[in-house]
Amino acid sequence: MLLARLSEAAGVSGQEDEVRNLIKAELEKLGVSYKTDALGNVLAYKPGRKGGTTVMAAAHMDEVGLMVVGVEDSGLLRFKPVGGIDRRVLVAKQVLVGPDRVPGVIGSKPIHLQKRNERNTPLQWQELYIDIGAKDKAEAEKLAPLGTAVIFATSFKQLSDDIVMGKAFDDRVGCSVLLELLKEDYDCSLVCAFTVQEEVGLRGAGPAAYSADPDLALVIEGTTASDVPGVPEHGHATSVGKGPALTIMDRTSIPARPLVEKLRQVALEENIPIQYRRATTGGTDAGKIHLTKGGIPVAGVSVPCRYIHSPASVASLGDIEKTVRLVKGFLRREC
Amino acid sequence: MTGKDLLRALSGGKGVSGYESDLVPLLSQSFAPLADEIKEDSLGNLVMLRRGTGSEPRSKIMLAAHMDEIGLVITGYEPGGFLRFANIGGIDDRVLLAQEVIVHGRKDLVGVIGAKPPHIQEPDEQDKTVKMNDLFIDVGLDDETVKQLVEIGDMATIAQQPVELQNQRHAGKALDDRAGVVVMQLCLEILSKLSHSADVYAVATVQEEVGLRGAVVSTYGIVPDIGIAIDVGHGDIPGVPAYDTLPLGKGPGIAYGPQVHPKLYQRLTELAKEWSVPYNVEPSTSPAGTDAYAIQITQHGIPTALISLPLRYMHTAVETLDWSDLEAAARLLALFICSVDSEFVEGLQCF
Amino acid sequence: MQEMIKSLSELYGPAGREEAVAAYIRDVMSPLADEVYTDTMGSVVAVKRGSANGKKIMLAAHMDEIGVMITDIDEQGFLRFSNIGGISPFTLIGQRAEFADGTIGVFGFEKLDDIKDLKLNKMYIDIGAGSREEAIAKVNIGDSAVIHKECIIQGQRVIGKAMDDRVGCAVLIETARRLNNSPHEVYFVFTTQEEVGLRGARTAAYSIDPDYGIAVDVTLTGDTPEAHRMAVSLGKGAAVKVKDASVIAHPMVKDLLVSTAKAKGIPYQMEVLERGGTDAGSIHLIRSGVPTGAVSVPCRYIHTPGEMVDLGDVTACVDLLAGVLEEPWE
Repeated sequence: MLLARLSEAAGVSGQEDEVRNLIKAELEKLGVSYKTDALGNVLAYKPGRKGGTTVMAAAHMDEVGLMVVGVEDSGLLRFKPVGGIDRRVLVAKQVLVGPDRVPGVIGSKPIHLQKRNERNTPLQWQELYIDIGAKDKAEAEKLAPLGTAVIFATSFKQLSDDIVMGKAFDDRVGCSVLLELLKEDYDCSLVCAFTVQEEVGLRGAGPAAYSADPDLALVIEGTTASDVPGVPEHGHATSVGKGPALTIMDRTSIPARPLVEKLRQVALEENIPIQYRRATTGGTDAGKIHLTKGGIPVAGVSVPCRYIHSPASVASLGDIEKTVRLVKGFLRREC
Repeated sequence: MTGKDLLRALSGGKGVSGYESDLVPLLSQSFAPLADEIKEDSLGNLVMLRRGTGSEPRSKIMLAAHMDEIGLVITGYEPGGFLRFANIGGIDDRVLLAQEVIVHGRKDLVGVIGAKPPHIQEPDEQDKTVKMNDLFIDVGLDDETVKQLVEIGDMATIAQQPVELQNQRHAGKALDDRAGVVVMQLCLEILSKLSHSADVYAVATVQEEVGLRGAVVSTYGIVPDIGIAIDVGHGDIPGVPAYDTLPLGKGPGIAYGPQVHPKLYQRLTELAKEWSVPYNVEPSTSPAGTDAYAIQITQHGIPTALISLPLRYMHTAVETLDWSDLEAAARLLALFICSVDSEFVEGLQCF
Repeated sequence: MQEMIKSLSELYGPAGREEAVAAYIRDVMSPLADEVYTDTMGSVVAVKRGSANGKKIMLAAHMDEIGVMITDIDEQGFLRFSNIGGISPFTLIGQRAEFADGTIGVFGFEKLDDIKDLKLNKMYIDIGAGSREEAIAKVNIGDSAVIHKECIIQGQRVIGKAMDDRVGCAVLIETARRLNNSPHEVYFVFTTQEEVGLRGARTAAYSIDPDYGIAVDVTLTGDTPEAHRMAVSLGKGAAVKVKDASVIAHPMVKDLLVSTAKAKGIPYQMEVLERGGTDAGSIHLIRSGVPTGAVSVPCRYIHTPGEMVDLGDVTACVDLLAGVLEEPWE
């Protein structure tokens, strides 16, 4: 499954090479022309049959992860987060270090050596380290030089007919949707932007939109689903299995109403269940895209994913398939 | 003016974010022998162009170091001729107490930052930081004279002349990032004796301390093929882990992180090794914090690198650096610039 | 002018839903300008051409106001919401919500042991619906509401919601009315989405590409009991901005405003705003940079339904803008 390969590829913000290479290979298989830019964004062009409107669909390639920032004399690696990571999820996880995927584990002081009150306090970054088994500093530095990116060592798994689990669904699900969109011809022109560095400040999307210069844009995200115990229903940002979620507003943008209305109309006509992303927190590439040049109307469509920004997220294949149908339906109606 | 003289003059000069124009004559004069063209853009960035020898169209390399400094702005009067103030840029309230300042009113007035004296404070008050809100500037003049000479909105700077310590180490205010400006001059000096095909835009940027604002607009105006920010990085001090700092005197930091183009990082480190220029790798997990952040996302996106000069006690009146780090940075930049050809520039778009 | 401020204040226009304000302003500005249009982000741009080799100057005041957006509708028909812009939950207690179609609701909150624990996610809007179905007939997820409040004029003072920044819109309109012999090409721009990040001003400025910019917005004051220290008072004239969190006013623009005020005897005060931003923050960073300043109307109780401004200050702002636009710039 393409999503499995996308999920397992490494792509910490700024070091998206594995994901980019995978996407470039897919684009070549599809015979779609593309270019890269100075930041490493991939822009894939599908000229329209009529070619009036240019629609940009954007999904980010990067994921949150860790970076090696120091090496101890013992060979243990000091690290810091790249993007927003809850440090409480890190203890005792397996990781892969660098392009050669050197296996490592995140260690901490064992419970036996902790004081009673320590157990109630989340571990600080400086209390955590990565152990790759190096016997000293020299060996560690060779395998993991400063700046090396570290990803979670999570294998993609299908938990049931519909539910899959893996890392980096935010936003590899979006990347997989974009690659599906490119399999069809439309009247309108389509530019698919696979962006970099979303997790460290929506950095790639602005230059991508500046180059693509579209008439309108859709941002495809893997967004937070909070349909879990302990959260009241009105706090469920999105729910897994209830279809694609339309953005109503987030910290970085308010979607263009005509686009949201059109998406709703498409869903109605094609009998696709949709939900709203009932939270206004967080930000997406839309924040940069809609403020590019003189302004670009943007809307956001998201696949609900539980536990994003952690080693393992959970999503529904049905939601992904419905997101593809919804966006394709939208594109078929543009000219 | 060149070298250490320029460093000293710049450190003693005034140029709070948004009000950098006083530095322009000194810089224009100092860079004039090295530049083909010098101009100010609409927000006051000073753009100094040194043309390359390549055939047109030549590649454009932008160097950026910010000339603004953190400072104070007058916000109100208090009876007795005292002045209230707020900060421009990030200032630690604790370093302000008893600091000499210059208020740039109708004329420059020397003043001192005062607060309620410890003798009349409650014992528990002495364990607390005095907040900027409770501090004031005393210029030793009466109400009427103060109001005639100082208007709300006037700027004030730290009054501190730089001092040379042992081993070519210099301490002073505003070395963040006027040391970077000096590196640009040292670099152009080296380039004047070498041949480089690319055009070099050395930009003394404005308003970095309040949000990288000068870099945003100057990059838009230049649209370089390569942008390199030269800024300061935290020097080694007790109590801070070594992996969060750069040692003084061991060369500049070459940053590696999301804001740095991998091929620029690779070229810089390779050249440093080849020519024995000392350096340290500075891993950065967030792209924010220097002009490189702004340069990178201009228009279609600009390949960007970041060189950090190790500096202790950042944002105080005693910022301290090692002259040899400036020389090493300048040399590395000059080597890099000479190495750039059109093939390399084209390769920067290929991932 | 007073009636215009009142009408503008009472219009519905949360960030992202400024259409009603835009329609009102287009009507008023059409006879006053050579060209009026609405841009991609919904900002209204009215152009008044110059008479000579003047500059292109952009004035900006924002149409949007703070508000709330509906995020959930429960079985009983209660609406949950999130904030649009900076809004305190304590401000909402006892207030009425108004939706685009005029539907009115009231703000309520869950039982709390301590009122200090009040957060927006403990609050809801009750529009009197008996069920989810009944509520959805009027309000949907993603719809926005503002506080419903009448605007009062009492002597020299105006009290109402959305003075931030409808009073700025009124200042721009009045300036356009007064301006008859400016050498400059003046763009009166009524922007959108200022309250959520100075957004409309940014795209408008990019398209207009002005030589200079002036933002017109409200600013805080320090003249109320035990207020945060600030040397701006209601009734003491137009405030000329030195800085806020988004911009350091360009010294040339700031100095021109001050010298014009002095020359024409217009009351003014200097504004150093330590928190908050204005459209000037967006405008000055467009393209290769736009020297930009700002003129502010002093306003008490900003971001509450009791925002209070002084009509004398409003007049001073109009006088100052009209005056400075008749000057040659550089």
